[in-house]
Amino acid sequence: MARTEPKKDVVIVGLGWTGSIAGIELAQEGLDIVALERGHDQNTVPNFEYPQQIDELKYGVRVKMMQKPSQQTLTVRRSGDETALPYRSLGSFLPGNGVGGAGTHWNGLNWRPMPEELRLRSYVTENWGEDIIPEGMTIGDYPVSYDELEPFFTQFEKVAGIAGKAGNLNGEIQEGGNPFEGWRSEEFPMPAHKPTFDSAKFGEAASAMGYHPFTASAGIASTSYTNPYGMQMGPCNFCGFCERFGCYQYSKSSPQTAILGALKQYPNFEYRTNSEVLKIETAPDGQTATGVTYWDEEAQEEVFQPADIVILSSYQLNNVHLMLLSGIGGPVYDPVTGEGVLGKNYAYQMNGGVSMFFEDEQFNPFVGHGANGIALDDFAINQNDFGALGFIGGSYWRSGTFNGQPIRSMRLPSGTPAWGAGWKEGIKKWYGHSMSIGSHGSHMAYANNHLDLDPTYTDRHGRPLMRMTFNWQDNDLRMNQYMKSKMEPLAASMNPDLMQSGFKGPGAQYDVRPYQTTHNTGGHIMSTNAREGSVNRYSQAWDKHNVFVMGAGNFVQNTQYNPTGLVGGLAYHTVNAIRTQYLSNPRPLV
Amino acid sequence: MTDLPGYPSRRNFLKGSAAGFALTGIAASAEAQTEAPVSLDEYQTEYLNEAEWAFIMAATARLIPSEGDGPGAIETRVPVFIDRQLASDYGTADDWYMEGPHDADAEPNRGWQTPLNPAEVYRQAIPVFDAWCQDTHGAGFAELDEERQDAALTSLSNGDVALAPEVRDFWSLLLSNTKEGYFADPQYGGNAGMQSWVYIGFPGARAAYREWPERHNIEYPLGPVSISGERA
Repeated sequence: MARTEPKKDVVIVGLGWTGSIAGIELAQEGLDIVALERGHDQNTVPNFEYPQQIDELKYGVRVKMMQKPSQQTLTVRRSGDETALPYRSLGSFLPGNGVGGAGTHWNGLNWRPMPEELRLRSYVTENWGEDIIPEGMTIGDYPVSYDELEPFFTQFEKVAGIAGKAGNLNGEIQEGGNPFEGWRSEEFPMPAHKPTFDSAKFGEAASAMGYHPFTASAGIASTSYTNPYGMQMGPCNFCGFCERFGCYQYSKSSPQTAILGALKQYPNFEYRTNSEVLKIETAPDGQTATGVTYWDEEAQEEVFQPADIVILSSYQLNNVHLMLLSGIGGPVYDPVTGEGVLGKNYAYQMNGGVSMFFEDEQFNPFVGHGANGIALDDFAINQNDFGALGFIGGSYWRSGTFNGQPIRSMRLPSGTPAWGAGWKEGIKKWYGHSMSIGSHGSHMAYANNHLDLDPTYTDRHGRPLMRMTFNWQDNDLRMNQYMKSKMEPLAASMNPDLMQSGFKGPGAQYDVRPYQTTHNTGGHIMSTNAREGSVNRYSQAWDKHNVFVMGAGNFVQNTQYNPTGLVGGLAYHTVNAIRTQYLSNPRPLV
Repeated sequence: MTDLPGYPSRRNFLKGSAAGFALTGIAASAEAQTEAPVSLDEYQTEYLNEAEWAFIMAATARLIPSEGDGPGAIETRVPVFIDRQLASDYGTADDWYMEGPHDADAEPNRGWQTPLNPAEVYRQAIPVFDAWCQDTHGAGFAELDEERQDAALTSLSNGDVALAPEVRDFWSLLLSNTKEGYFADPQYGGNAGMQSWVYIGFPGARAAYREWPERHNIEYPLGPVSISGERA
């Protein structure tokens, strides 16, 4: 150990959404805080400035905002029978890098989970009986309810600056909103965006079929806005560069636009970049952590940072990896015996969609934002009869232009040649003349899908890489096929010249190459007791009471929605518990 | 200017056009104070050797041909893009995890598993494919006529050309890099004059459409701009 830094009250590992939330809320308590960020510093100016940010090759294709596998990655196998191989170049998912983390490059799709999703095992058992849960499915209840989290969802939405229309205000169904959502105590902070052509067409067709379309909630400003920390956002101009990009105009909700400018004003807060945490250190009695050891890239040396409280707020995959390396979060999960907890219930997302081509209509696909569109929840978790349908799950559907960048978003009818004169004709004929509907579906937890340490591959510090064991499972594939059977008639009712579907079906194998989603969840799940998960209802490690673990790793199983809304709500729930219960008397809170 | 061997007459005409465009650009640059690109024949490669350059010129010219409406890979200078990308940290896979052991023969859906970086894949695969063209069609790829070139590329795309597992992704790299060069911002050497954006109707780096969400089914009227501020 080359260097030991002066002790802090709090060390925060990773300065994305949840690290920023913990930073500002605990800074208000007067605590002495340091945040350690593996990546570089970045801010709207100069890092996301126009025009350099409007570069599809650099950020969209070469993914220069993302974690570099050469610095950190993991291995992947589909089952215990396979040898895991490294995720050498980014494809299926794109963990972020640098200050702001994935909160800088997301699409702004901010959703709350359904109340039923947070008590899923009970919901299933009460309505259809335990017997419909397939063998190998390990779903559970979250140890915290929707009603308990509601104030914290609201708090996060005010900070993040979410635009939308409430569908359920204190139990009263509201015209124009999502009638199937959980109750909200308040209307959205900003009004919903206006629909683009494709989303309007989708909404009309959905209404004609008796469905209940509404404007998707968006972490994208629809008006000028000042949040509770005094941070200001400006209305989005539909530039079409959200996902994989930083927002150049303070419109996309991010740690930079919502928190960091305010947080940096606190003299009791500091952050260090290019500081990669290697391990959380444990006290001799095993009851608490003493701080973290990190790699100082600039000094090229290991540093010990002592602290009274450790906030583990890096990306889900890195949180689990650090816990595996540090012996924090309970015994490692064994899928054969079902014993152990750390690495358990890794889950993902089951998505599909339909593309429609209209030769004589113009969609201007470059006009949009990441959370644009009209959505519906008529096939959501709380709308599906799992017993009759033969699966547990659901999805929300959405249509809206979000990215017309031609390298990655050149939608062509199947049968169009992939190259040559036919391809060149096709791109002229169809670019701008198509639209799509997406199904964004739930992903259950299974014994097969879990995380542990790889026996072969190591990172640049000599630490074992984490190993992901993951494959698609029949239950979720059946759900996806059901969505196909329902979406195709809706798409056909819009009378496109051509249409085609993309839904994984029976036997689908996980393919790490194409981008799917960066919604990696579970691994350090919440539970009512230490035998079932790694952290309690306050995201406090069962085995080290001064370690709080943020993020989607807490998810017992994944929901049908994008995870950020639940991640943000849980983060505020956790810091509230630290402020109101833990600081005055540090101890296990459950 | 010297012709690459085996280029049929139509290609000569188009190459001549591209060179003419470049010369015009040089003439205009005295006033515009902008640097015109050298013609493809005079271009000094950063990574590709002479035979590789000839192959990339010939192959990209078939992947996005010049005939018909819209620009081809040659007019948009896609070969320059590919050469510069292979010389960059993309070609050397600086961002990727390249530690062994490697299982290059793993199922393709396990992702990139070869020990080679993209630049090395091009370097090792091009001679193998050229030798296959020699055996199958009687000449190296660049010397074949267009019909045989298309047939050879079809064989490559179908997996009918025996390639070692370490270079089996050559086709998908070649095709995706070609399309990247066609559509990327011109600062990377391809998409010369933003011709591909003009052709399909993509406004490039304009990135400001505040009044457009509510203009339904109306064609956007403005041409593209590039990151450096060019207009077309």
